[in-house]
Amino acid sequence: MTRHHAADPDKRNEAIEPSSLVAHFGADEPLGLESGESLGPWSIAYQAYGTLNAEKSNAILLCHALTGDQHVANINPVTGKSGWWETMVGPGKPYDTDRFFVICANVLGSCLGTTGPASLDPKTGKPYALHFPVVTIRDMVNAQAKLVDRLGIETLFCVAGGSMGGMQVLEWAASHPDRVFSAMPIATAAKHTAQNIAFHEVGRQAVMADPDWHSGRYLEEGTRPEKGLAVARMAAHITYLSEQALHRKFGRNLQERAAPTFSFDADFEVESYLRYQGRSFVERFDANSYLFLTRAMDYFDLAKEHDGVLARAFKGSKTRFCIVSFTSDWLFPTSDSRAIVHALNAAGASVSFVEIETDKGHDAFLLDVPELFETTRGFIDSAARARGLAVPARRADA
Amino acid sequence: MSPLEMTADAAFARVDLLNLASMVEPGSRVLDVGCGDGSLLRLLAEKRSVDARGIELSQSGVNLCVAKGLSVIQGDADTDLVYYPDGSFDYVILSQTLQAMRQPRVVIEHMLRIGRRAIVSFPNFGHWKIRLQLLATGRMPVTKNLAYTWYETPNIHFCTIKDFVDLVDDMGAVIEQASALDRFGRPVEMTLPRSLWNLFGEQAVFVLSGK
Repeated sequence: MTRHHAADPDKRNEAIEPSSLVAHFGADEPLGLESGESLGPWSIAYQAYGTLNAEKSNAILLCHALTGDQHVANINPVTGKSGWWETMVGPGKPYDTDRFFVICANVLGSCLGTTGPASLDPKTGKPYALHFPVVTIRDMVNAQAKLVDRLGIETLFCVAGGSMGGMQVLEWAASHPDRVFSAMPIATAAKHTAQNIAFHEVGRQAVMADPDWHSGRYLEEGTRPEKGLAVARMAAHITYLSEQALHRKFGRNLQERAAPTFSFDADFEVESYLRYQGRSFVERFDANSYLFLTRAMDYFDLAKEHDGVLARAFKGSKTRFCIVSFTSDWLFPTSDSRAIVHALNAAGASVSFVEIETDKGHDAFLLDVPELFETTRGFIDSAARARGLAVPARRADA
Repeated sequence: MSPLEMTADAAFARVDLLNLASMVEPGSRVLDVGCGDGSLLRLLAEKRSVDARGIELSQSGVNLCVAKGLSVIQGDADTDLVYYPDGSFDYVILSQTLQAMRQPRVVIEHMLRIGRRAIVSFPNFGHWKIRLQLLATGRMPVTKNLAYTWYETPNIHFCTIKDFVDLVDDMGAVIEQASALDRFGRPVEMTLPRSLWNLFGEQAVFVLSGK
């Protein structure tokens, strides 16, 4: 078994030997990238839940966010924790695995089994590291489309996801309109803003400033830029929350002490929390993947691919859209979602839009937010009726 | 605000909606501004096979609509109509919501820009009961259909049928069809001349088009 150099030696290296399903594409099936480069051979690791019906009309593709993975609704093999969207995916849940065939693939450039910078470069036998080509959201979607092809699915019943996952949903709807019956882009935007790019740059610089990064060759060197990646995660994590949520959770509470220590220890609960977030992140995520995936988000600008007019990206679209934003999300604020809604309106597309009131910030799409469940149930069930799929009687007339 | 919230009597609301629905050509594209729980849109989709879209301010209303399979956007008619392209709908409907708009005239102008026709229904503040209440009590009228006190009402721009016709004339729009309804939601034009609508109509419905 291949081992991760500096990680727990008893742990399986999920980047090279994922414990999920994997579709392999040989050197004869390279993936053409937006940059003009070509990647091959390549692999895409994915999970599937539920059963594909005979007509192959009940498939839902879920797109994960920046540091997510394909383990949506099962115990994560790296962290040992529950899947990242167990609130939304499962028997009787909004994305009901009793009725739908739910797929989620690890994105191109990530580190849970789909080809990325931690994968071995067939030319050298060493990890790609910075020799991995810069990939885009469109490349991620094209890779997923190859997987969907291989599964024999022509049209996806729904493509859904939040944040970077929402970007993939928009790209799917724009570049494969006939293959997407319905789409749920959640807490996302059609382009990354200057502020978002700025936060990502801080994260990348923190990784690259860590001497253990070794210009990206840390896997060969047997080190890991843990400090740099942890700082990147800490900074990013703040952007996933809201001021109100931080105040509600921590306020100015001190961490297991009665008074400040007059030092730089983690006196405050919020400091201790962020340090924990940073520490636990480096145990599960590859630093170079973090660089590549943040870059992919930065490059995303759907309107730019269509002469600067977002509405043109959705011209003639028959897809049913449901856009969701959260009031306290300042990373992908409601105004970003409204811009998508206005473009879809201008294109004459079928679109619903809900702004959900919550103080949980950007992370709300991953949390227990009943309004999100209700909206999703309503949208999915009505789309299922339109697609001629069975809807449980208790909600048939919702 | 939905028609159902406005009126205490659900049967009245039903007649009101059927009346509105009858004014819409089958198979057309309809935008319902302030669509509430989507009752009218659903009726239009089912009975008139229209391509039904809506805007609704309340999250609960939008959720109800989405659950019905309607394409509804959470938004504010006063600020969001500007984003709809010219002539993108056959009808734009404003049902029982005109009086809650901050800028009723601007909203109607947008409706006429976005749709080939605008359908506006509103409670008539010129109805004799309202006139009588104000005269007799000297206080702002509170009726079954307009059940708010003045300080908490969402209805900030009441008008009478005559006021509305003046506005339409001032905008240079054309009244294609008009109807006043009694308290059961039945058109009064069968029994009353137009000159008496302002006194005996509890509600009015106008179909307008641009110049």
